[in-house]
Amino acid sequence: MNKGYFGSFGGQFVPETLMPALQELEEAYERNKSDSNFQEELQKYLTYYVGRPTPLYYAEKLSTHLGGAKIYLKREDLNHTGSHKLNNCIGQALLAKRMGKKRVIAETGAGQHGVATATAAALLDLECEIFMGALDIKRQALNVFRMELLGAKVTPVHSGTKTLKDATNEAMRRWVATVDDTHYIIGSVVGPHPYPAMVRDFQAIIGKETKQQILELTGQKPDYLLACVGGGSNSMGLFHPFIKEEDVKMIGVEAGGCGLETDAHAAPLSAGSKGILHGALSYILQNHDGQITPAHSVSAGLDYPGVGPEHSYLKEIKRAAYTAITDQEALKAFKLLSRIEGIIPAVESAHAVAYACKLAPELDHNKIIVICLSGRGDKDVTEVAKLLEVDKDE
Amino acid sequence: MNRIAAVFTRLKKEKRKALIPYICCGDPTMEFTKQLAITLAQSGADIIELGIPFSDPVADGPVIQKSAVRALAGGATLDKIFTIGKQIRAQVSTPLVIMTYFNLIYVRGIKNFIKDAKFSGIDGLIVPDLPVEEGKVLLEAAEKEGLALIYLVTPNTSAERIKLIAERSRGFLYCVSVKGVTGARKELDKELANFVRRTRNITDLPIAVGFGIANPEMAGEVASFADGAIIGSALIEQIEEHITGSEIAYDQALDQAGNFIRSVREVL
Repeated sequence: MNKGYFGSFGGQFVPETLMPALQELEEAYERNKSDSNFQEELQKYLTYYVGRPTPLYYAEKLSTHLGGAKIYLKREDLNHTGSHKLNNCIGQALLAKRMGKKRVIAETGAGQHGVATATAAALLDLECEIFMGALDIKRQALNVFRMELLGAKVTPVHSGTKTLKDATNEAMRRWVATVDDTHYIIGSVVGPHPYPAMVRDFQAIIGKETKQQILELTGQKPDYLLACVGGGSNSMGLFHPFIKEEDVKMIGVEAGGCGLETDAHAAPLSAGSKGILHGALSYILQNHDGQITPAHSVSAGLDYPGVGPEHSYLKEIKRAAYTAITDQEALKAFKLLSRIEGIIPAVESAHAVAYACKLAPELDHNKIIVICLSGRGDKDVTEVAKLLEVDKDE
Repeated sequence: MNRIAAVFTRLKKEKRKALIPYICCGDPTMEFTKQLAITLAQSGADIIELGIPFSDPVADGPVIQKSAVRALAGGATLDKIFTIGKQIRAQVSTPLVIMTYFNLIYVRGIKNFIKDAKFSGIDGLIVPDLPVEEGKVLLEAAEKEGLALIYLVTPNTSAERIKLIAERSRGFLYCVSVKGVTGARKELDKELANFVRRTRNITDLPIAVGFGIANPEMAGEVASFADGAIIGSALIEQIEEHITGSEIAYDQALDQAGNFIRSVREVL
């Protein structure tokens, strides 16, 4: 495999200005990955600050309700800041410090990654600027306030679709201009090498814990792993430690928006084609000419026309399967999990729950499904309330 | 000899520097792009960069971003751009260089893209998100058809890397004047002359400087240490008021562009 590639996917398609920064980052990451001081420091923060390990919770009522496989929830929503995003941000912020950078920048969609970056920056005394699409700023006002409270500057992005894709463009442009003293904390397993591998490694703690926990709880391996896929960091974090265990099926759940038969979805693996976006070759949403087409999802965190290159690879070698859940199905699962387990999931994570609602009833009682509950849904309640209100009116 | 190489050879004899304007194809219409390219050629442009608009131009600042948005909104497609390229080529002998992002080339198929570009009379390619490490296949395809793949170096590119990039670059080497995106700046970076001289010590390729040149004064300064000046955003700023909004006046836009290019030509 070529350096920085997963099969034929990945690479470094970036302006020349960023090449020295990517090389510096790759070297710093490789050096620190095997450095026990770095790993100890990271572990210390993950344990005492982030709150790891997160529980693996047997959702007995949901399992009984669906009447099939046993469903376990990997509770990433219980991390500090309310999602899996902080696992990666603490790692990258520590790395930024070790590289002598004084500032971090990041893109954010739902605001979860922005909040996690702002948190890590506050903790580690780094200046912080977050780029967020103007449309997302409207959808996620609470997270904007949280980021500002944490001392970050939130810069609205008015170009293009005014969502995550454009926030990423703007963050890359800013990085090009400030590359000497700034580290760009990419929030998912996307972007040029070494980001997809590095972010995966920081998120792999999800799968490593799950592997141990499920064995302790049930004496078994899981039969299915389910996780939502936007850029694909929580899913890759869950999947990666299981890749060699071929009897464990892995299913990534993309945002089907208004349906894959429409143009309004965010499912490049299910309905996209190969292309280059934000520095890597992967599946993307694009037209005949290669112009990126706008994604749509009820969930700002999944509203992205690209996906991490390693997911494209897992799809191509058929090690993981990918499916899509519509906005309506996700909202239904959002309500169901809240009502039945007392857990309000992020709308992103609700996509994975929704797919479990289809899969579990078809499986035997002794089968085990693990869902990565990547985030909590407090941030979504205003937006969901609005959508449910519209439904009532109709 | 490739038209690009011929231009630099001729300019060297004439002790002049290359003037390389950038325009975005289809902003706001294909017909205007054709008229504009012809005007630039007649006003003294030595090489013309034909930008192909991309939905997500990460190397571009606000002026070229907006230009690309207008072009795509106006219905610019690769097929139309290759067609207009051929029409421009029929009227001018100035070298034409495409500047675009790699996805458009990848999706069309590298060989197809090169074949279509060649058929349209295009002489070279600049791909700002394609570092040398990823450029092998494109370089081979371009060389086979006699098209120059022009690489970029930036102020933070190491000497070792400049050497590698210069070895693979054809036609000229594009020195990016700033760490940053395209867009006119108030003044040239103080380190620019040193950066270009460092590069000059490493390669015999002609060196053209771009990103940030706003006016004839700055172009003149660049000409004192480089072989050419590339002007994009500043040119688009000259004409955008005439091609947008309620008072569209294409003739005025062409006049303005011609005057601006002539004023830069005088100092090169």
